[in-house]
Amino acid sequence: MSARPLARVLPPVATFVVGVALAEVVIRALDVSPLILPRPSAVFAAATQEAGTLLPALAATARAVLIGLALSGSLGVAAAVGLAASPWIQRAFYPYAIFFQIVPIVAIAPLLVIWFGYGPRAVVAAAFVVSIFPVIANTLAGLLSVDPALSDLFRLYGASALATLWKLRLPWALPYVFTGLRIAAGLAVIGAIVGEFVGGGGLGILVTSAMRQQRTDLVFAAVGYASLLGLALFAAVGFASRLALRHWHASETER
Amino acid sequence: MGRGVAFALEGVHRSFRSDAEGEVRALAGIDLAVAAGSFVALLGPSGCGKSTLLRLVAGLDRPDRGVVRGLEAAATGDGAPLAMVFQDAELLPWRDVLANVALPLELLGRPAAERARVAEEAVAQVGLADARRRHPGELSGGMRMRVSLARALATRPRLLLLDEPFAALDELTRMALDDQLRRLWREAGITVLFVTHSIAEAAYLAERVVVLSRRPGRVVLDHTLALPVERTHELRAEAAFARELGVLQDALRRGAASA
Repeated sequence: MSARPLARVLPPVATFVVGVALAEVVIRALDVSPLILPRPSAVFAAATQEAGTLLPALAATARAVLIGLALSGSLGVAAAVGLAASPWIQRAFYPYAIFFQIVPIVAIAPLLVIWFGYGPRAVVAAAFVVSIFPVIANTLAGLLSVDPALSDLFRLYGASALATLWKLRLPWALPYVFTGLRIAAGLAVIGAIVGEFVGGGGLGILVTSAMRQQRTDLVFAAVGYASLLGLALFAAVGFASRLALRHWHASETER
Repeated sequence: MGRGVAFALEGVHRSFRSDAEGEVRALAGIDLAVAAGSFVALLGPSGCGKSTLLRLVAGLDRPDRGVVRGLEAAATGDGAPLAMVFQDAELLPWRDVLANVALPLELLGRPAAERARVAEEAVAQVGLADARRRHPGELSGGMRMRVSLARALATRPRLLLLDEPFAALDELTRMALDDQLRRLWREAGITVLFVTHSIAEAAYLAERVVVLSRRPGRVVLDHTLALPVERTHELRAEAAFARELGVLQDALRRGAASA
């Protein structure tokens, strides 16, 4: 943590305030239709007045994102451990893991609804599918980068494969896992909202219905809440990473 | 005393396949017998197969031809029979000093109370008691190397293998660690095999120096030093020491030319 948190928080907040004020002035001056681009003040008004519908929707989306992220975190690490077991396994299966990276979630979301039905399960599946690859790829990179001299050391003392995994390889890969989770957090929000477009519920369905009612201000408000969710998740992963790595990893030691 | 173990390499060959150079012969017919409780330095130019030899002795690698004898007996000791100190300290950065030193005992399945006691002792032995709760990232290079030494000694090994352990340290730290290592060797009575490319370090530390040639590594000189058991810094300025340096330097030159 910096000694002066104010110096860290102030610049982005100032950018935000100035940017919003500028948008307000320009939109008023050009007299843009609120259907195309509502004024920031109108968006804020919608965000507070419609909080009764927005907040439960946010909670539903957040729940799906968290479950999806927990699944991609745990299964992603497990998959990476499996892939790291041998170069042959890696060659045989890694190309198919890449599938998760290149799959167009918009195209696959209807499939997920067919498999899991309308509702939160399909949404969780969508959040999971788009967020697992960065966890697999980063964890695998971490597991494969273990210092060979340390592997020798563990062999010298006759460590079992399980002890080596638990005491050497997983801790070694931990910074990489956090990098993967940071990327996954943002992707999971995208996945959940796309899932909700098709599968229903949460901020995703709120966006589509607001669009049909021509409530562009409400669409913006929902997008704002979704961004806040993504930011909060990103910060939470960062906090966990700092907590876990502060003693030892260069990325999180105090500067 | 006399915890040390004797071992011998007989006609050991080892080659590697490399994409750039094809077949690389690291060791070509090494015969080397090391007596129990002795301190032997293995001296040679970089890339002469010294580390390969050490890995063979440690059982981390197998020779293509020839045998490594004697270490079966060591396995009946009360600790892990041998320990190794690497070129870098090779500590687990997420563990503090004590937990790093306790690692080998943990892997050998020793009870927690014994691990804690032995680790405290070993850390005190290398003079790091005050730093025992610190993490490797908070230590200097010399301190990290002392932790590595303490970790190696924690299992009370009968053979200690060191692979250019102090090469990356500054001269003063290195001399201090040389003295510490010699003292630990004399106290524990273990066998030490010390790999180095420094003539002065080999002469100062060891009883006997084995000089290897350039790749493929062969023994150029097997020389018992005529120096007192008590090694102090004054020794470095004496004629006897200079004479030994000359002998080793000659052999190293011959080994470099012969390949």
